[in-house]
This record gives sequence, C-alpha cells and structure tokens, in this order.
Amino acid sequence: MKGYITDIETMGLVDGPGTRLVIFLSGCPLRCIYCHNPETWKISDFTQTISPHDVLNMYNKFKVYYGENGGVTFSGGEPLVQSKFVLECAKLLKKHNISTALDTSGAVSGDFSKLLDFIDLVILDVKAVDENEYKKICGNSIENYNKFLSLCQKNNKKLWLRQVIVPSLNDDENHITKLANYIKNIKNVEKVELLPYHSMARDKYKKLGIEYKLNNTMDMDKQKCIELEKKLINLINTKTS
Amino acid sequence: MDKNEFKEWEGFVGESWKNSIDVSAFIDQNYTEYLGDDSFLAPKTQKTTIVWNKCRDLLQKETQNGGCLDVETNILSGITAFGPGYIDKPNEVIVGLQTDTPLKRIVNMYGGTKIALKALEAHGYKLNPEVQKHFVTYRKTHNDGVFDAYTPIIRRARKNGLLTGLPDGYGRGRIIGDYRRIALYGVDRLIEEKQKDLQNDFLDENNLEENIRLREEVSEQIRALNQIKEMAKSYGYDISHPAKNAQEAIQWSYFGYLAGAKENNGAATSMGRDATFFDIYIERDLKKGILSESTAQELIDQFVIKLRLIRHLRTPEYDELFAGDPTWVTESLAGMLDEKHSLVTKTSFRFLHTLENLDPSAEPNLTVLWAKNLPMGFKRYASKISIRTDSIQYEGDDTMRPLYGHDYAISCCVSSMKEGKQMQFFGARCNLAKALLYAINGGYDELSGALVVEGFNKLEDEVLDYSKVRKNYSGMMKKIAKIYVDANNIIHYMHDKYAYEASQMALHDTYVERLMAFGVAGFSSAVDSLSAIKYAKVKPIRNAQGIAIDFDIIGDFPKYGNDDDRVDNLAVELIKEFFGYLDSRKLYRNAKATLSLLTITSNVMYGLKTGSTPDGRKAGEAFAPGANPMHGRDSSGALRSLNSVAKIPFANCCQDGVSNTFSIVPSALGHDETEQINNLVNILDGYFVQGAQHINVNVLNRELLIDAMNNPWKYPNLTIRVSGYAVNFNKLDRAHQEEVIARTFHEKR
Repeated sequence: MKGYITDIETMGLVDGPGTRLVIFLSGCPLRCIYCHNPETWKISDFTQTISPHDVLNMYNKFKVYYGENGGVTFSGGEPLVQSKFVLECAKLLKKHNISTALDTSGAVSGDFSKLLDFIDLVILDVKAVDENEYKKICGNSIENYNKFLSLCQKNNKKLWLRQVIVPSLNDDENHITKLANYIKNIKNVEKVELLPYHSMARDKYKKLGIEYKLNNTMDMDKQKCIELEKKLINLINTKTS
Repeated sequence: MDKNEFKEWEGFVGESWKNSIDVSAFIDQNYTEYLGDDSFLAPKTQKTTIVWNKCRDLLQKETQNGGCLDVETNILSGITAFGPGYIDKPNEVIVGLQTDTPLKRIVNMYGGTKIALKALEAHGYKLNPEVQKHFVTYRKTHNDGVFDAYTPIIRRARKNGLLTGLPDGYGRGRIIGDYRRIALYGVDRLIEEKQKDLQNDFLDENNLEENIRLREEVSEQIRALNQIKEMAKSYGYDISHPAKNAQEAIQWSYFGYLAGAKENNGAATSMGRDATFFDIYIERDLKKGILSESTAQELIDQFVIKLRLIRHLRTPEYDELFAGDPTWVTESLAGMLDEKHSLVTKTSFRFLHTLENLDPSAEPNLTVLWAKNLPMGFKRYASKISIRTDSIQYEGDDTMRPLYGHDYAISCCVSSMKEGKQMQFFGARCNLAKALLYAINGGYDELSGALVVEGFNKLEDEVLDYSKVRKNYSGMMKKIAKIYVDANNIIHYMHDKYAYEASQMALHDTYVERLMAFGVAGFSSAVDSLSAIKYAKVKPIRNAQGIAIDFDIIGDFPKYGNDDDRVDNLAVELIKEFFGYLDSRKLYRNAKATLSLLTITSNVMYGLKTGSTPDGRKAGEAFAPGANPMHGRDSSGALRSLNSVAKIPFANCCQDGVSNTFSIVPSALGHDETEQINNLVNILDGYFVQGAQHINVNVLNRELLIDAMNNPWKYPNLTIRVSGYAVNFNKLDRAHQEEVIARTFHEKR
C-alpha cells in the first residue's frame, strides 16, 4: 500500500510531543484562507509515494534522535483524506511500540474509529467555534469536524487543541473567552496551543498561481499571541459556577 | 609534618596525588558529583556588577577604537615584563591582567618581527625605536629560522594556497598548561619535581640532541616557574605554597594561565578543564562556612571576566581569516569519570551561569563534554543556556574518553589533549580541494598557472575518468603529505628553538607526549567533486595552458550531507587515505600524527584562493566550514546532514577533531522553552551516540540571522520552521531573506 506525500520532516520539533518524524500527506478538502501549505491541497503528478514500511524504516533510522517521548506524526494536507494508508502505517508502528499522533482538522466524512484505535494523540485544529466563522475561514461546513470531535470524545482520545490566530479575525479577547468556554466542555485535552498567523507562504501561492486571500493582513504579533494563549489557558483552568 | 604534606590539603583524601604530580587522581578522589538542577544558582554580586560594568565600557571603547584599545609600545612580551594591572582593585576578587591596564595588547616579536610590526602599524602604533633596533639587531626569531630551512617546494605550496595558515610567523598556540598544578602543589613543589629531571650526570648518546634540548628546556621551565612566582608577588600573592581556599585555587591557576598569555601569542591559548577541580575547594569552603553560594559564584564570574579580557595583537589579514578577534580561551566542562559517574559539579553549572550573570559571550569558549549518561539536570541546563545565549559548543565525551582518559581538555575548538601529559604542534591546514585540481592539472596551480608539484601529467580527457582522477589524486596527496610534514617539522623545530613556551611547558610532565595536528580545508568540496566525477559527467573547460579553470557538469550526483553512503563512503575513504600518508612519515620529536576537519572561519579565505572545482563550486567561492557539507547541498534535512558528518572516523584518523555547525531558530526547536530544551537534548543525544565528536549549535536570534544572510556558509542547513512550514534560509534570495528576518523577529527582544 502506498501513501501520497508532499514532504517528510525527520526532525519534527513542533508537531506533537518530543522529537518526531512528521509525514506530510497530500490532499485536503479545506481551503483555509491562511493555509501555509497550499502545495498539499491536491494529489498531483509531482506527489511522491511512500509505503508503511518506508515510514517504519525511516523512523528506525533516526530513532536515536527521537528520545523517550518522540514518535511519528501524520500531518498534511489533511491526513484523513488517506485514512486507509494512515491506518496501515499506524498499525505497523504500534506493533513496534512507536507513539503515533494525528495532526488533523477532522474535516473529512467517514468512520475513523478503527484508525483512532492505533493513534495515541490527536492534534486537532479548531478552525473556529462558530459555524459561520468556520465556513468563512475554511470554505466548508463545520459538520465533519463536529462528528470527528465527538468520535474522539467517545473513544477517549488524548487531545491537543490548536488554533491559528489571525489579526482582526480572531485575536480579540471576546473570541478567546468564547474559545475557552468551548474547550471547557471538551474532555481529555492535554494541551492548548495558539499559533500566530504568518505570511511566509505567500511565495508558495505565487509559484502555484493561486490567489492569496490575506494580502492585506499583517503577521500576528508573536508576543501578543503568547499572551492570548496564557489568557486562554487561565480561563480554561478557572472553575465556573 | 611529612615532606609530602601541606596544611593547605587538610580535608582532602587520597595519597597517590601527594607523592607525584597527579591532579587527575586528586579530582577523582575528592570531587562531589551534582545531580540536581540549576535552582541553587546565585545572581552576580555587587562587586561583580561594578567590575563588569567597567569592562563593558572598556569593551565598547575598544570597538569604537577600531577593535584595539591600546598597545604597549615600550616593553616586549614576557612573564614579568609588566607591572600589576587592575580593572577596579577594591572590587576584584580575582586579579591579574596581561599588561598594566585592561585590554592593552602586548607586542610579541619572538614568533617573527614582520607580523608584529605590521600589526602595530595597522593599528596606528609605532614600537619604541630603541626597543625595535635592539631586538632586530640582536635577536633571531622563529620566523627567521623557518625561512632559513624551508625547501623550495614548501615555499611554492605556501605561496599558492595549497598549505595555508601555517604558524610560521607568530606563536603556534594550542598548548594548554595544567594550570591547576600551581593551585594544588604550589610553585616550589613543581620546581622541586622539575629539578629531579635534571639530576642525570651523563647524556644519553643514543639520543644526544633530544637529551640536550630537553635539559635546556627544563631549565627554562624552572626559570619560568620562578617568574610566575615573581609575577604573582607583584599582585601581593605568594604562590610558592599550595592554595588554601577556593579564591586562592582559582587565583593560583589563573596566574599560571596569565603567565602563558603574557609570554606567548598563539592563535588559541586555551584554559583547560578546571570547573570540577575548583569545585573541590569551593565545597570545602562552603562546609567551613567561609564561602556562600553568592561568593562562590562571584569567584567564577570574576575569573570568567578576566578570561574575557585576554587579547593578542593581530594583523588585518589575521582578522580577515578569523573574524571577531578570537582568542579561544576554551574551558571544558562536564564529561564522565567512567560509564556511570559524571564529572558534573555545581561549579560546572556556575561556569555556564556566567552567560546569564554577565552577558552572552564567545569567550571563554565554554565547551560542554556531552555524554549519554550525563545527569539530566545538567543536560537540560546546558541546553537552556544554549537556547538563551547561543554561546556553548558541544563535544562527544563518549567518543574522546576512550582515547584520552577522563582528564583531557579541549584546546582551540576541537583538539583534545590529556591535561599536562600531552602537548600539540599545531599544523594548520592543507587544501584538499586544491590538491584535487592539482591532480587534474598535473601539479599546476589553477589560479597562478605556476608549476607547484612536479612529476604529474595533466589529465587531457574530454570527460574526466574517475579511476584516472582518483589514481592521480592518490599520488598527489602522497606527495603533498610529504611537503606538508616537512613544513611542520621545520616550523616546530624552529618554534621550540626561538619561541619556546616555557611557562606552559613547565606545567606539563617533562616527558610529554607530542601530537602533530594536521588539518584539512575544502573537504566537502573535494568529496562532492569526486562524486560528480564518479556519478555524473564532468567536462573540464581548459585555458590555453591546458589548465582546467572551470567544469561543465552534466547530470546529477549524490552529495555529501544527505546520509547517502555512495558519497559518504568516498568521504571516509578520502580522509583515511590522506591521514595514512601523514601518519607514515617521520615527525619531529617523534610526535604522533593527528588530523582535524576544522576551518573555523578560514574556509572563506581558502575558498577565495581556490579555482572552480568539479562539484560546481565556482572559483573564489567559500568552502563549507570544517566537516560540514557544502551549504545548500544537504537538502534532505538536518538529521541526515548530521548523520553524514557522524560517519567521519575520529579514532586513529581525525583524532584532532571533526567540526560541525548546526543552526536553528528557537521557535523551530519547540512551542515553548521547556519543549525547546527537551528537543535540543534529544538532538545532541542522537548525534553523539553515533560516535560524533563536535557540534556548534547556533540557536539564532535576529542578529545572527542577519549574519546568516551575509555569510551563508557559516550557517549550513539553516531551517526556519513555523509549525508545519519550513524554509531553508540559505536558498532564499536576499530580498526574501530580509523579509523573513523582518517577519520571524518582529517581536521586541
């Protein structure tokens, strides 16, 4: 079995716990306005292929760098687009006691309960809490995401929640409060990360001939993003009566 | 009291180190390993703040003054040549400067008058004419001696940049005295031991010259020891006896180092491995209640301030070669005693903590000897300080310890030596990329057109044939090795004769082991060139003289730095072969040959003096530094690049060091500082567990990223990653790099 990928990061340091092998899979149903990997949207002729054994071999090759809590993260694109391949990989990795993480938007329809049995951590991208806002950012309905989150909750999956923060889109306190209240109702959340929007992908759009929708948006101030994250975590940890 | 017993040793255990000079045994039997974290550390004291603020002002003035604050023009170098000097006497707990005021540089003429006078002139100074007249009239220098003996072919090889940076006009450096001996034994005991080595009534006729030379040297060593005593006395200290407390232990050791820095001007004058030794005294004082954590840190902070002020007078050419006026006052920290016990003490932390208490600084060159079993608390603290200050380099203790024992120190950047038992003849570098061009061009230099190495035919094929090139290259390397060895034999013969480092050698065993440290520049370019010739089609473009001045490369080829054995094996085979040629020759004073892949910043200059190479590198372009892959060619990720370098053999080949540089921005290392620290620990563990020797971790801040834009070769494989988005910084054009800098670092620091 083959998977279609756009890139492999052998020294993944920011996508899941520890140092990890990150597989960037091709294909994504969403068209988020701030997407920084537009080259992963479509499975094209230039896409490379890889087998589950290739993934295992690559992990073993660099194992010495991955420490005790490292492992493999499936990212993308949207890894659920190739869920069968991810399942085969995860099965094989779990057979060798390797930690697996799925970095996903959850925005694909289908039954992923079998896959989740072989995934240790779901890094879930919370694009937006509100249905309309979600559609505005991603161009799709929030329905698939909601179903996927419910499945994670039902199967007691460990979760890391992430959100990209974009100036004047979702960087206000009001928004953070709303997000905090939303997260409070989710169980098994181990970590919450806010990622500052950056425009470094603009060149990729140019090369691919795709229109960049945030041309007039500044990069998110990193310090402010860190402060918002602290605020969010404080709010989540505050008990409400 | 027993003859071998001093009251200053009260509370120390063990006997063996009392009967003979053996600092290592003293450490093993008396140190206290520390397994905790950094929470015990203290901020700088009021005294340190005052002293450091004065130094900051002086350092700023030095920069404003074009990089040199002052030069002493009436007195020449020497251990007792200068009166005592202070920064702020009442607040200094460790004293001693090279001259009578801070940052005033010494003129050292023993290595060569030409370079010394040139350096003076470049900085706008003139030596006292009387001093100059007498020195030049009555004294022959190392440089004079070398050029009396150089062979014609050495001169040609030197002139054409085949052999570069040879220490034939100034001090060779790289020698580390075991300065701790002064603290532990006092100077009188050391003199007594040296005198024993002069007791033979008769010379050994089978070894006549060496015997006479050594007798003269030991006498000079004793003279130097007496001078160190005299110099210390000018600061009000009697160092004839052992040090009685921590302040004295650090002060005594520093006087030993300082004597070396007054007497010599070698490129690298490193400090050694002192933290754990000092810690024994600090622990004893803490127990006695005569020292607190705050005053213990004060001693280390102030000692480090002194090391930061070490200066040598250099020419503009030297500064061009080694940017940033480096002195390589390397201090080696941590490492293991054996498989289970580390040599980490609280003072190992205190040394790293100086980077927080004072400002980040390149000097002293703090070097962590990394091992798999180092205590996690120390690993994490070192990583944290790396991320915050970018001022630490790492070397593989598990790689070096089996060869050097557990009491070795790093000299310069990567050269390991047993403290007090081994010395080094620094041998600079041979340009292996140029040697390959000579193999193609029949010994003619591709830039000057001169015939440098005779006895080879030009290769005249339209497309270069790998086996022919490789065969010629072997012959060429063998011959060049002979030239290179001859040059170093002459240099070190003359250096011993005219510029002997008496104070530093006095702090070695009399029967010392000598290493002759050869080096290679242009390594990755030579390797990729071989790969191109083997796996692609390489057509030389020849000038009228028939010399290949450029190359057409048709097709792709595997490149060093991608963990690809097809080319990495060529790299290993090449370096082993060249070392074999060096190792098979007879070396001055029966030295043992070692080899390094280390260029520091000189890769730019060596590249400038080298024509286009078959790997696609154009004439004049910089080489990659040290053992690094060529920038931009290690395109399959940082770990594959590290893996390629980790394959270069250390033991019995590149035993003088395999230097590697690794760059990353902090945000790319992890989402928060805890993650960043853990991840850096993982990378270092993963790299060194493969038998690697050295890594320079550039955790880049904004200023460094700007430097990376201007000097891409200094930051190989620099990846900027922001959660799922990666760019290779060096592949971006200038305008885009500026943009990335603006975007990556728009926050206020």
